Amino acid sequence: MTTPFGRRVSAVLSRRLVGRYVVLGIGEEAAVAEPGQFYMLAAVAGWGGGVDERPYLPRAVSVLYARDGEVGFLLEDVGPGTHRLCGLGVGEDVYLVGPLGQGFTPPPPGIEAILVGGGVGIPPLAMFQDRCGGQALLGFRTSEHAEAASLFAAPELATDDGSAGHQGHVTDLLDDLLETRQDIVVFACGPPAMLQAVQSRVARHQVPAQLALEAPMACGYGACFGCVVDTVAGYKRVCVDGPVFDAAVLV
Amino acid sequence: MIEFCGIELEHQVINASGCFDVLAARQVFGEALVERFPFAAYVSKTVTLAARAGNPPPRLWESAGGMINSIGLPNPGVEVYLAHHVGEYARLGVPLITNVMGSSAGEFAELVERVAEREEVAAIELNVSCPNVATGLDIGADPRGLRDLLAVVRPLTRKPLIVKLTPNTADVAACAAAAEAGGADAVSLINTLRAMSLAPGGHGRPWLGGRTGGLSGPAIRAIALAQVASVAARVAVPVVGMGGVSSGADAAELLEVGARLVAVGSESFRDPAAGSRVAAELAAHFAENAA
Ligand SMILES: Cc1cc2nc3c(=O)[nH]c(=O)nc-3n(C[C@H](O)[C@H](O)[C@H](O)COP(=O)(O)OP(=O)(O)OC[C@H]3O[C@@H](n4cnc5c(N)ncnc54)[C@H](O)[C@@H]3O)c2cc1C
Ligand SMILES: Cc1cc2nc3c(=O)[nH]c(=O)nc-3n(C[C@H](O)[C@H](O)[C@H](O)COP(=O)(O)O)c2cc1C
Ligand code: FES
Repeated sequence: MTTPFGRRVSAVLSRRLVGRYVVLGIGEEAAVAEPGQFYMLAAVAGWGGGVDERPYLPRAVSVLYARDGEVGFLLEDVGPGTHRLCGLGVGEDVYLVGPLGQGFTPPPPGIEAILVGGGVGIPPLAMFQDRCGGQALLGFRTSEHAEAASLFAAPELATDDGSAGHQGHVTDLLDDLLETRQDIVVFACGPPAMLQAVQSRVARHQVPAQLALEAPMACGYGACFGCVVDTVAGYKRVCVDGPVFDAAVLV
Repeated sequence: MIEFCGIELEHQVINASGCFDVLAARQVFGEALVERFPFAAYVSKTVTLAARAGNPPPRLWESAGGMINSIGLPNPGVEVYLAHHVGEYARLGVPLITNVMGSSAGEFAELVERVAEREEVAAIELNVSCPNVATGLDIGADPRGLRDLLAVVRPLTRKPLIVKLTPNTADVAACAAAAEAGGADAVSLINTLRAMSLAPGGHGRPWLGGRTGGLSGPAIRAIALAQVASVAARVAVPVVGMGGVSSGADAAELLEVGARLVAVGSESFRDPAAGSRVAAELAAHFAENAA
């Protein structure tokens, strides 16, 4: 399966709030994507003209689901791009390029997937669990953000303020698990500090892990070389060589 | 058909160097990329003698109506380029323009000699203008430096030489005139404008790994128009105009002030098929004006 060439226009088919996040469903005839893949999204109308005349570039957004002629995204309003996307209503047009990037590789039979997600980094993990199962460990700032845990089956929760689940970091939950289990693969997506914490823990316990990274992106399809991350084999483009990387190759 | 330095082109829109990676795009979009290749010629990313890793991240900052990049010319070096990339690019079925950059006239000479040996290469673009590499800026910002460079490289090949001028100079038309006097077959402009952005937090720390970067996109289009106009008025050789082009109307303006071809850079980041769209809009624009 290859990605359709060029930017396409499609309409928002559904919009709902999940805690502090917006879930957008966008029409996509051949909605096929792997967990961990993403699209570059931009609103057709009103892209630009925000604070500092931004946004100019499209924004990378992970696929939450892809089925029945619809591709879904989970968005958090953190700046002019996501603000505009979060404000889209049903029927409004969106430019999309995708699906893009290399997704997660499912674990071999008999090995359990442990899904470690933080905040708006949870979409690839929700999609993964939906397809391949696995135990989800999720971290959020507050119980209101943690409402997005409803996208998962039987998740364990941690919140910064203790308003839902364990008070503390999601990596505390991972620590408990790593003490007793070795027959696992860790799949993680979330803020850089969380991913670093996951990386050092799995290295210490010699457990394999796949990390879905973020980087500032201009194009999402390998054209600009702007999104690189340092690996044992030198700089790699997050958009085409990732966003999912084996934790062992990241430096 | 459009004639450019003796090369026949399907239309007037090509890509700006460093803004379209054919190898990655084919991996992502498959053969559709080759079948519907958006540009009338393919300009390679800048090639240097030795491999370069590029600048440390972060490499991108979005600014008002555009973007600042400090990519730092990552490339596998001329050996790998000739052994593995040229053949792939030749498959596109459009003329290949190889963009090279050296840190001295001697390095440029070696690059031009190596690249000129290849039949697949239709023309060579000399990047004397990348604001991320101090030496490139020095050569291209000074008419005398440009004349000295061309005195060395011009005798080495009969292939068309395009000098990609830097906008970060006091008198770009004087630089264009020096390139022409030295035997350049064409000039291209504008490259990115040296620019800077600060990391959030109020500490005055640069955001970009390369500290400064180059500004591109609609934010520079008015500057591009002024510089292309002044260069086209000064030289007789063909001019490739670029800078902030995102539509056929933008492209038409550069042609109106004297450009022969137009290159699309950052707009390809927003739309991988932007080249075809700009070319189609341009054709529609001409048809409308002729009517
Ligand atoms: C593969 C991938 C998948 C992603 N998936 C999702 C997802 O599913 N849901 C989601 O909500 N987000 C997702 N993101 C993140 C989102 O694309 C970015 O946060 C994006 O930058 C948001 O744009 P914005 O304009 O809203 O915020 P921005 O203003 O871009 O702010 C976001 C961050 O970018 C930096 N920044 C601030 N100003 C600038 C500037 N001018 N130029 C460059 N950087 C700046 C700062 O560190 C800031 O915290 C994903 C990113 C990647 C790479
Ligand atoms: C990410 C990026 C990478 C670039 N890399 C190169 C390069 O390798 N060599 C070069 O001569 N110009 C390079 N340029 C400059 C462009 O070719 C072009 O001159 C400039 O971006 C202005 O056009 P635009 O506004 O349409 O992008 C680069 C520009 C960008 C944005
Ligand atoms: S975002 Fe352009 S190369 Fe990755």
